Order: sequence, then structure tokens, then C-alpha cells
Amino acid sequence: MIKGKVWKYGDDINTDVIFPGKYTYTVTDSNEMAQYALEDLDPDFSKNVKQGDIIVAGKNFGCGSSREQAVIALKEAGISAIIAPSFARIYYRNAINEGVPLLENSEAPEHIEHGDEITIDLDKGEIINAQGKVFKFPPLPPSVQEIMNAGGLIPYVKKKRMTEVG
Amino acid sequence: MGKTFVEKILGKKAGKEVVPGEIVMVEPDRLMSHDNSAAISKKFKSIGIKNVAYPDRIVIILDHCVPAASEKYATNHKVIREFVKEQGIRNFFDIHNGICHQVFIEKGFALPGNLILGSDSHTTSYGAVGAFSAGIGRTEMAALYATGELWLKVPQSYKIVVTGKFPAGVSAKDLILHIIGTIGSDGALYKSVEFTGETISDMSVSDRIILSNMSAEMGAKNGYFAPDDKTREFLKGKTDEGYEEIYPDEDAEYERILKFDVTNLSPRVAKPHTVDNVSHIEEVKGIKINQALLGTCTNGRLNDLEAAAKILKGKKIHPDTRMLVFPASQEIMLEAMKNGTLQILAEAGAVLMNPGCGPCLGAHEGTLAPGEVCITTANRNFKGRMGCKEAFVYLASPETVAASAIKGEIADPREVI
Repeated sequence: MIKGKVWKYGDDINTDVIFPGKYTYTVTDSNEMAQYALEDLDPDFSKNVKQGDIIVAGKNFGCGSSREQAVIALKEAGISAIIAPSFARIYYRNAINEGVPLLENSEAPEHIEHGDEITIDLDKGEIINAQGKVFKFPPLPPSVQEIMNAGGLIPYVKKKRMTEVG
Repeated sequence: MGKTFVEKILGKKAGKEVVPGEIVMVEPDRLMSHDNSAAISKKFKSIGIKNVAYPDRIVIILDHCVPAASEKYATNHKVIREFVKEQGIRNFFDIHNGICHQVFIEKGFALPGNLILGSDSHTTSYGAVGAFSAGIGRTEMAALYATGELWLKVPQSYKIVVTGKFPAGVSAKDLILHIIGTIGSDGALYKSVEFTGETISDMSVSDRIILSNMSAEMGAKNGYFAPDDKTREFLKGKTDEGYEEIYPDEDAEYERILKFDVTNLSPRVAKPHTVDNVSHIEEVKGIKINQALLGTCTNGRLNDLEAAAKILKGKKIHPDTRMLVFPASQEIMLEAMKNGTLQILAEAGAVLMNPGCGPCLGAHEGTLAPGEVCITTANRNFKGRMGCKEAFVYLASPETVAASAIKGEIADPREVI
């Protein structure tokens, strides 16, 4: 179960506003990335975000560059899940590899406000808003879930290799 | 029932019949990465494997911040140079070669029927020659270095049919901006897009790259063009590797078929801060600009530079405007040098830069100040994209950028040709 306070944003939140391109080769430590998260969209975010907070946004979240820092910066800032009607495809893949749950639901964002406390049940595939209304999200395909369960692609490859060797 | 291009190529690579929605494991023919190869090498090493599985499948091209702008960038490049030596990666292209997507195509790594994955979102570019190519993350690239394989979901397919002849002063960039403006920045999210129609058949491979490159800006997984005589001619001398062209079946099923006619198309401009915020030139002309940028992986090829030079010949860039020119590769730069194109651009007052990404992603070489406006032939105009969140980036064709540079404001190229 995930419980957290909501940061709400609009449609087409792109990787440049999540983690600016000018930092992609100068800020290389994961924990340092958090302070630049959403810098060009919401300067308050990095100052006030708490561990476990949740982002709720509009369609096409994470569009733009393939930069993984756009996932890592939010994860390091404390974000525990992101809810949106749709995600850009590379962002979606990157999030799986960082173990950040991205939950697709087109209705939920309309019923969740900035600052709301909401609950997510990953096992049941449910988002429960501040008023107790339940929204469903589809599970990951089993083969992809396996990567997520291992903690991302690198741990998955390591584990698979150990099994093959061992 | 027939199969679309993506169903055929992913089926071939997976060794079975596939349907949209299915997840398949595939072994890409080539892997492309750029300055992010240092981060990839670090991730790769964390797996605990000593050597990459297939060094000859790996292509690394330095372009994002070349030459290095600071110690940090320089160290990043150094790590990559050491890694390619240590791993025996022969297909390494150092800072003088140009932008990764252009160099990858020029050096014959993008071939029809190939499956290519790259740790850059504009990897979609290689569809221009009939390859399947898609962007992935750097962690995935590290895993590919180790194992040579990765999962892909078979996408649904869209067909975009384009008819008509371009009016004077209007080109492929205007078409793709028009398409993205029409269907939106998520208009083809997760989809495989096939471009076809008489306009596409008439189009050079160079211009097809503009469309496949910017397919990423409508969310597409890949953008495909059926190989034809133009493709074969283009590839001559670039490779001695054989390739198998893959075509969609005539009776393939598409989730959507979209039709566009360019006969009456006018120049288009994408306004800040999203690529689908597209206007007709009439709505934006007159907006003062501080910088004009010609180049990038979208529009830095010889015909792009020539189209701009044709407009700038014998003219001067407006005194309140600066213009930067980034040829997409060294090969292009040399050709543009030989045929006088660069001379014309320099005489008009443009700053000739080295082939590379330049300020496109805000790293160096012409970033913007607060309140400034730039019109560029690039593919993204996101807030902060060119290094400053209080600057404004407009996307347009080489013709529109050149006309705007002369006037010092967004201008209609049809009025100056």
C-alpha cells in the first residue's frame, strides 16, 4: 500500500521540465538530481516534496528525451508513484527499470486535487482518492512485472545470470 | 489478414507470428548511443560482466556537448574513449564527426529491415531508410551490452498518407509540424507510424529523415518509410553489408489511417512550449527574434543548409539578430564548404559552428538569456530546452528560419524567395 500527498500537474509534462537538459551531464549523482526535479515547472516541488508523495498528471507524462534522470530525480525526491491517463513510451520503460510504479487511469486525475491524501493498492490495482472513490489501473504484463519485481532491469539481468551460471 | 511493417519485422526477429500487444524478446542488429555512453558503461559494469556481448553491434557517436564545455563533460568523454578501447568497440566516432543520428545513417549503420535501438528519443530517425528503430533508456542499453537482447511490445500501426506537391517555400518540416499540430504530441503514442503516398515517394531520403526524426514528437515508437529506388541509391557506397527490405502487406490492418495533402500547405511554426502548439505563419509573423538556429538532427543536412543559403545569398542578417549554423555532420560540412553554401551563410553574418547538437538541449554553444526568443530548425521547444526557462523557442523550416534571420522577426519565406 502506498499513501501520499498529491502534486498535481497538467498534460504533456516533458522530460526537460522534469530534469533540464543542461544538467544531464553535469549532475550525475542520483541523490543530487532530486534538487533539480521539476525545476522549470514548479520551483516549490523540490523544496517541499516529502518521501512517499504521489504525482497526478494529465496525458503523455514524460514526453521528450530518453533521459533516465527524469525518472531518477522524481524517485530520489521521494515520489512513490505517478498517476496519469497516459505516459510517453520511453519514460514508461525507464520507470519500470527504476522500480517506480506508473499507473494509467484516465478518470482518476479528474477526481484528485493538488494536496489530497490518496492511497494506492498495487496488488489490487486500485487508486483510492481522498473521498474514498476507487479507480482501477491495469496490471503490467507478467514478463515486465518480473523485471519490476527484481527491482529493475539491471538487478533482473544479474539475477538471471546467477541462475544460469549457478 | 496481412501484417503491418512492425508486425513483420518484430515477428521476424522474434521468430514467430506476432500480434499487437504481445511482448517479444528481440536481438537488435545495432545499438546506438552518444555522450550518455559513459553512464551506460557504468551501469554495464555494475552487472558484473567483463565484456560486452557483441562489440560490433555497438555504435557510439559523441555529439551532445562537443567539444567538451567543461571538465565534467571532458571527463565524461574520456570515460567513453577508455571504454571503447577496453571493449574493442570499433564503431566509435569522436567529437568531429557530427550528430549521432546523421552519422549513424551516413556510415551505413541504418539499413532496411534492421532492428535498431538507441538510447536517444530521436532514434526513430532510421525509419527513413526502412529500418525499425526506437528509443530506449540508458539502463536498457547497459543490459543490451551485457545480453544483446531486450523486450519490446508489438505496437498498433498508423498509416499516414501524404499527397500533393509542396508549394514554393514550403517543405517537409512544415508537413511534419502540420501533422503533429493536427494529431497532437501524443497523437501516435506507442504506435508504429508508416508514411506513404505520392508526396513521400517524391521526397528525398534526407527529407524523409525529418519526418521519421520528428515521429518521436507525436509519441510514436517508430516511423517507417518503405525502401524504394531512392533508398537504394542513397545507401550505395555506405555499406557492404547485405540487407533484406521489409514491406507491410497490402491488406495489413491499421488502427488509424490519416490523410494529408500538401498542395495548399503554408509554412508552419510550433510556438513555445510544446511541439503541437502549431500555427500558420500568418499568426506568428512579426514576432521579434534574438537568435536563429539552422541545423540539428532534424534539419542540418546539405539540402537544408542550401535552402537557407538560397534565401540568405547577398543579404545580411538583421543587426539585432544572431544566427548559428550547425551542419549535422562533418561530411555535410565539407560538402557545404566545397559548394559555397557555408561561404554564403558566413557572408550573411551567420556564425558557423562545428557539427554537433549545439544548444538544442541547452548544454552549450548558444544558449539563451531570459526573455530571449529563438527560431530554430530543431525538433523541441520545451520550456528551458535551450538552457533558460524564461526564453521562448519557436520551431520552423530552414526557409522560415533564414527569412526570419534577415528580418529580425518571424517572417514568411514565401515573401523573400
